[in-house]
Amino acid sequence: MANILVYGLAHEGTVNKNSRGAVSEAAKVASQLGGEAHAVLVGTDINDSVAQQLGAVGASKVWTVNAAEGVAQTASDAIAALVEAQGYDYVLFGGGLLGFEIGAAVAAAIGGGITVEATELAVDGGKLVAKRPIFGDTLLSTSHYKGKGVIVARTNAFEVNETGGSATVEAFDAPASAAAGQVTLKVRGEQRGADINIEDAQILVTGGRGLGTAENFSVADALAAAFGSGSAVGATRAVVDAGWFPYAGQVGQTGKTVAPKLYVGLGVSGAIQHKVGMQSSENVLAINKDENAPIFEFADFGVVGDLHKIAPALTEAIKAKKG
Amino acid sequence: MKILVLVKEVPDAAVEKTIGSDGRIDRSGEKTLNPSDTNALEAAVQLKEAGADVSEIVAVTVGPDSASRSLQGAVSRGADRSIHLSDPAIAGSDVVATGYALAELIKRESPELVLLGQQSDDAGCYAVGSVVGQFLGQPALSQVSKLELAGTTLTLERQAEYGYDTLEVTLPAVISVSDSANEPRYPSLKAIMGAKKKPVEKLDLAGAGIDAGKVGTAGSGVECKDFQAPAAKSAGTIITDEDTAATVEQIVAWLDSRKLV
Repeated sequence: MANILVYGLAHEGTVNKNSRGAVSEAAKVASQLGGEAHAVLVGTDINDSVAQQLGAVGASKVWTVNAAEGVAQTASDAIAALVEAQGYDYVLFGGGLLGFEIGAAVAAAIGGGITVEATELAVDGGKLVAKRPIFGDTLLSTSHYKGKGVIVARTNAFEVNETGGSATVEAFDAPASAAAGQVTLKVRGEQRGADINIEDAQILVTGGRGLGTAENFSVADALAAAFGSGSAVGATRAVVDAGWFPYAGQVGQTGKTVAPKLYVGLGVSGAIQHKVGMQSSENVLAINKDENAPIFEFADFGVVGDLHKIAPALTEAIKAKKG
Repeated sequence: MKILVLVKEVPDAAVEKTIGSDGRIDRSGEKTLNPSDTNALEAAVQLKEAGADVSEIVAVTVGPDSASRSLQGAVSRGADRSIHLSDPAIAGSDVVATGYALAELIKRESPELVLLGQQSDDAGCYAVGSVVGQFLGQPALSQVSKLELAGTTLTLERQAEYGYDTLEVTLPAVISVSDSANEPRYPSLKAIMGAKKKPVEKLDLAGAGIDAGKVGTAGSGVECKDFQAPAAKSAGTIITDEDTAATVEQIVAWLDSRKLV
């Protein structure tokens, strides 16, 4: 059977964008393989309307598994059992922390191969192949599967395609393994720090570890203020984890995805986990003292230098220009 | 309890990474202990220092003979002994096959806790921990930034898709440690010298009881080939700040050209 199974991450009644993009991509590739895209949702609150969020983007069938959301093991047990019962050859994940964990466990359980960080799917010789950028995105590698294959996409790799279709929804009772019983989710999605909005900003000044201290965010604040209305300040995971900035302002794989007119990185190295959250920015300006920082590989304008000297001077220059 | 830390030798960050004529990562240049693994070693040492009843910390690696230097580096960061699986037949293993071999090595030791770094600097699959967990029938959790142990219950914290998650895990388990979990200390000169005297168990596949048919190129379910350059993106302008006034002038001119100020 040439159907592709896609894992959908649903939280509080909403399936995330990555999963919906993965379903759309699977529908496209499955049609070339002569099959369909099916999806599986795991959670204790998955009703028909949640399932139909995937029907609307290309899934012809949605399996619902009544088990705890937020823990990989329950989902990987269910997916491995579904692959076994339904004979799927390929399982696709939209990315994200759980996508990697579940995907890797499923690959091991079904004796398949796995490709992570995939950005393109294609069909070659009647089989699915996955392309993955490697070595800091300087080379594309193509994965060919000998048997069953698992693909974990890079965050935001696939576009959502609203087809307006609907899916058949069916419950799947999956046996949970002993390992699943060893894990208890105590707190899911705790927000820390102020609730700030960075997704609507036209100009986003982002602070990274290079700022040095939490207090130095004043440099980013001043630059954003100089740009005026429509600007905001964001941060990288490293500084959020260090407690310098609220989680709500984090850009990247486990934070927000932004696409401002102008992204300014102050002391941001530009690791792939950050890049996937801001790569759709129209213009990227980077200031970093490390000339080898990956951000210089995708910045439109990059300055190798001390942000503590340059950013305040830039703030003054913008203020003067704006009068 | 026994803690096993999985470590890996990777090409040094300064070495330009390329694909060799055999279609695998060219590993001939300068090599180093995978930076992320130092976070796992530090986490093991910190659990011990926090009063957990840790009988020993064992560093485990799979790799060619040259990897013994990185393994020694791992021992100098707090391991009591080490295990080195080296066999020409294991070269070319994908992440599932590597995870299978690691799981077989772990079964010989039956540790209560397996720690590893969140990611490797070379292949960067972020996946081996979950593969190992699946083969062991143990839960695997990644991106862990905080670990607290009370008896056989590990309380973990990590940043996940919707904010911070807190989880409780009953051991045994496999935990991938995030680089935000700690600041690894540099080993002292004494620890570096002492590492050479700590026991190393060297194994090949047969010695470790690993099925050679399940590893290497033949035992891998995925083959990576057809390497090509990605679609070219117009290169940006990169300048080095020598005179800040002139630098700022250039930035403003660029912003102006893009109608951003």
